[in-house]
Amino acid sequence: MGELATEKHVRYILSVEKRKDNFESVVMEHLRMSGAYWGLTALDLLGKLDTVDVDEAISWLLSCQHESGGFGGNVGHDPHILYTLSAVQVLALFDKMDVIDVDKVTNYIVNLQNEDGSFSGDMWGEVDTRFSYIAICCLSILHRLDKINVEKAVKYIISCKNMDGGFGCTPGGESHAGQIFCCVGALAITGSLDLVDKDLLGWWLCERQVKSGGLNGRPEKLPDVCYSWWVLSSLTMIDRVHWISKEKLIKFIIDCQDTENGGISDRPDDAVDIFHTFFGVAGLSLLEYPGVKPIDPAYALPVDVVNRIFFTK
Amino acid sequence: MESRSVEGEEEQRRVPLRERPEWSDVTPLPQNDGPNPVVPIQYTQDFAEVMDYFRAVYFADERSPRALALTAEAIQFNSGNYTVWHFRRLLLESLKVDLHTELKFVELMAAGNSKNYQMWHHRRWVAEKLGPEARNDELEFTKKILSIDAKHYHAWSHRQWVLQVLGGWEDELEYCSELLEEDIFNNSAWNQRYFVISRSPFFGGLTAMRESEVLYAIKAIIAHPENESSWRYLRGLYKGETTAWVNDPQVSSVCLKILKTKSNYLFALGTMLDLICFGYQPSEEMRDAIHALKTADMDKQDFDDARGEQNLNIARNICSILEHVDPIRTNYWIWRKSRLPLSA
Repeated sequence: MGELATEKHVRYILSVEKRKDNFESVVMEHLRMSGAYWGLTALDLLGKLDTVDVDEAISWLLSCQHESGGFGGNVGHDPHILYTLSAVQVLALFDKMDVIDVDKVTNYIVNLQNEDGSFSGDMWGEVDTRFSYIAICCLSILHRLDKINVEKAVKYIISCKNMDGGFGCTPGGESHAGQIFCCVGALAITGSLDLVDKDLLGWWLCERQVKSGGLNGRPEKLPDVCYSWWVLSSLTMIDRVHWISKEKLIKFIIDCQDTENGGISDRPDDAVDIFHTFFGVAGLSLLEYPGVKPIDPAYALPVDVVNRIFFTK
Repeated sequence: MESRSVEGEEEQRRVPLRERPEWSDVTPLPQNDGPNPVVPIQYTQDFAEVMDYFRAVYFADERSPRALALTAEAIQFNSGNYTVWHFRRLLLESLKVDLHTELKFVELMAAGNSKNYQMWHHRRWVAEKLGPEARNDELEFTKKILSIDAKHYHAWSHRQWVLQVLGGWEDELEYCSELLEEDIFNNSAWNQRYFVISRSPFFGGLTAMRESEVLYAIKAIIAHPENESSWRYLRGLYKGETTAWVNDPQVSSVCLKILKTKSNYLFALGTMLDLICFGYQPSEEMRDAIHALKTADMDKQDFDDARGEQNLNIARNICSILEHVDPIRTNYWIWRKSRLPLSA
């Protein structure tokens, strides 16, 4: 088996931030905040966060914040809960939470909770269990989980549970590994994992591993490196990760590397991008790959960062 | 429609905004995010220009037809930009645009790339405004997308919303059957089928639908015993009624039938294990069928040859077989074995 081309991935990640001249930069423009989170977290997991100019990153990040407290995906973009979490996660990585008005960000998120406990993504009202996770994760990092109705939030998530043990985006929606991560993550953070049918869900999740060793997100779909994160983190949170073949999954992720120019793709021989590079590295982290720092499966941040948030103040 | 290239003009014939007379009074507003390198690709130059003009009208809050046309151009370059979609909705309201034409616009955008959250959210906003009269349009729209990608998550999600808010449940079970006929492995269609039988106001709920649906699932299982979806559907039909599931001879019969074929029996064997764990008493015929699956490379330690013994032995043997024939999940089956009750 090949090895993780750490140096090349670091160079690739650093180059993505600088590049503004290709297709990827065009489609990334509106979600640059998430791009920053993926890139910076991957760098930290690889032990290279110190290669980044912190002040430059923070000043750009702050220029994306709105009066409402929410963050946009880039300068001049409307605020959205997605990018608000990414911004808070980046601040956590840099241990710079003191540069924002925590109560203001909290208010922005609190106002997005609906009567039934669900969360909208922004003022336009799109509802999805992704936003439940984001709200809960973000407020937990900010030590403000008590500002929302957690009981109702949990109840809504449970209403999205399916007969296969998985979760969908809204009640009745098909189980999907990405949504499962969000729901299980939110339940883990709120201490509600007893509401998950762990054995049933664990079996569904381990059925996601296909012959090549990779994981898919739904039955009969192609494997994709990003599910190394969504499936694996969920299995880790419900303590069932040993049910899959770790060796085969590691091999699949390693096979998705561009060993020449760095970066990781969705499947072997496809084009790399920052999203899959992060999820590949994060997956390897959960698989305890040597040289990669451990990541917290619920907060999607390095374990030492999560420890700093919760055990130092 | 509003925008030039929406009409299908070639990319290279696109007239830059700075050369269009109707935009001569607007000063484009460049993105202020540090030094921009010279962009060598035409595509990104055009995109950058559109966004510079967009920022200008957005910050001036210009509610005009040309602003609406500009959002269409910006969306064509990047349909994931939610700020552009937001502004477009404000414009649609301010200009009192006929929302039927907006449905057509979304359709055109979906033809390019239908996998972005913003577009679907926009579509729902339009449909919600139009109300029940949009029902058929929405059902047809999702049907069209699903005919290209039958597992399209956004399309299914939108369709479920349409059914619940605008109605149209009447033909949905038939639609699920059609899709499953095309591809019996389509988990999305199975999920929709479950959604319909458990939530449609036209059926009496899960229990009332069980009898006919069990037959449907069993037929699908026999045709393709390796289909994860049909097995899970069958199990789901007994949600919250494990005893009914254990005692229904149809369930054990289909397992036996598959096990006897000695091929594609993983789910049948897994189901048998679950049944035994919940108190099912396997018949002599079932025991023989399981015993016959013992593989040559399983030694005495793996497989308990004591025939006619306790159910625990059978459950153990099932786990041993699965450890061998489902190697990628060996650890799962070992765990199942370790968790077997002392007297299954």
